[in-house]
Amino acid sequence: MEREKTLVMGNVAMAEAAIRAGCRFYAGYPITPQNEVSEYLAKRLPEAGGVFVQAESELAAINMVFGAASTGARAMTSSSSPGISLMQEAISYLAAAQIPCLIANIMRGGPGLGNIQGAQADYFQATRGGGHGDYRLIVLAPWSVQEMYDLTIRAFELGDHYRNPVMLLADGILGQMAEAIEFREPAKKKPVLKEWALTGCAGRKPNVIRTLYLKEKDALEEKNMELKAKYEKITSELQLSETRFGDDAEIGVIAYGTPARIAHSAVKQAREAGVKVGLFRPITLWPFPALELRKLAACCRKLLVVEMSQGQMIEDVRLARIPATEVDPKIEFLGRGGGWYPKPKELLAKILEIAKS
Amino acid sequence: MTPEEKTIRPGRMHYCPVCGHAIAQRIIGEVMDELGIRTRTIGTAPVGCAVLLYDYFNCDIIECPHGRIPAVATGIKRMQPEKIVFTYGGDGDLLSIGLAETIHCANRGENITMFFINNAVYGMTGGQMAPTTLIGQKTITTPEGRIAATTGAPLRICEMLKTLVRPVYIERVAVHDAHHVERTRQAIRKAFLNQINGNGFSFVEILSMCPTYWRMGGKDACQFVGNEMMSYYPIEKFRDASE
Repeated sequence: MEREKTLVMGNVAMAEAAIRAGCRFYAGYPITPQNEVSEYLAKRLPEAGGVFVQAESELAAINMVFGAASTGARAMTSSSSPGISLMQEAISYLAAAQIPCLIANIMRGGPGLGNIQGAQADYFQATRGGGHGDYRLIVLAPWSVQEMYDLTIRAFELGDHYRNPVMLLADGILGQMAEAIEFREPAKKKPVLKEWALTGCAGRKPNVIRTLYLKEKDALEEKNMELKAKYEKITSELQLSETRFGDDAEIGVIAYGTPARIAHSAVKQAREAGVKVGLFRPITLWPFPALELRKLAACCRKLLVVEMSQGQMIEDVRLARIPATEVDPKIEFLGRGGGWYPKPKELLAKILEIAKS
Repeated sequence: MTPEEKTIRPGRMHYCPVCGHAIAQRIIGEVMDELGIRTRTIGTAPVGCAVLLYDYFNCDIIECPHGRIPAVATGIKRMQPEKIVFTYGGDGDLLSIGLAETIHCANRGENITMFFINNAVYGMTGGQMAPTTLIGQKTITTPEGRIAATTGAPLRICEMLKTLVRPVYIERVAVHDAHHVERTRQAIRKAFLNQINGNGFSFVEILSMCPTYWRMGGKDACQFVGNEMMSYYPIEKFRDASE
């Protein structure tokens, strides 16, 4: 039986998924290209018994999420690049206090105020920390409107499971693009018990959520070790990726988000032209799916990284190659910042050029 | 009530002698005991000398990023509307880096209780100028005394909040003598009761001593509150829409 599909924008798919995942708090400040999220949730969230707050700034928005999520509620914010920069301090606190929540970055061109076209120039910020101190976010990268929906639900589950903030990192094209998707109901799962949550201390000892370790000897070092152990666990358990046409590939194209969608078309066309080319797309950007990438890289003589930036994920591709595989493919790059995206023709030409060399 | 059931934990606080934080926190704790709300209260700790609030308060506490107390408290209260949420913060937190959050939280009329400690100086970082430092007052960043021409004039937050429609209760009190301590206790009780009764946003500014960074003895510090501070920051009930 044909399942029912709805034509919906990426931003709206994410917002609806959040509600179905049980998110009951949203705070945000308007910024293009993600304004559909707050427009949708301002109406839908109260209907679902939740709270929508238009905050006075991104600083306030992320800190409202800090407060709401500290009570154990599923909570989220969304913004775009400059707004996400403003949130970095609180994101460091959320990671330090291990408060699960969802932060969606619908990336636009930068640096500075940049422009409002889609971009992928916040990869470093998302995967390296962004804020101060040693911490990691789980970073998910959808490549379709369906995945904007599915990964949003997954984000809340992963956040609760690992007790860590999660970032959904999508370029503005994915936020603005409409596709027919299925509103799949999330699988019923036993809710994670949040014994740390602030709910008043009736019948238990008081809970304290803090990130300052001033007095106790070595306490901050121990806290850092605790976080490190968690990040290592996540790295070993959660490397998500998808490989297509990988079995006999001599050339591997590596991309996430919209460039991966475009690369998929170009790879199919190159295959029709007889070129043995495969596609690798990370779904988790942190942890980076190095293990699966190495499998593809082991049979490729060349890798082509495509990004809507001047080249950020390419550093993780290089790092993933340690230890070196038997063959050592040359890594090429196609990408520009500032709102550029690869045209299928341009990408196909690049693949054909690499195949010839 | 056993010592374990009291809001303020037994033992010493780390504050300097005559510091107003210790007095203000004890009163808040005693009022919470009197109202029987400890086990359904969630408090916020600020950045500054009072950051270790959770060592003294026997209730759920969250430590907030500097300036973001009102935003964090908003998120908590909206998700736990049946709980009592109080915030505690100083002049740097609420009037400098977090002035926008303070005003917008008040303007939304969040049903929370905010306590603002005004001691006219930054204590934890070693005595720099605060937005509330008085004209002529010496701090380590105004070594010749605060000059309005280059550093502006001290902010009067109660007077500013009074221009807003949504707050239901705004009062300025002080803790430098027994009479004012008693008035502070009444203001704190009122501010909690407003929340318990669902009336809305309450704000209590507490003029407070910082003898260490005012470079004076305890007695002089108390007199500084009673004379200099109170002449610029009048003790007044600016709004009481709950009566």
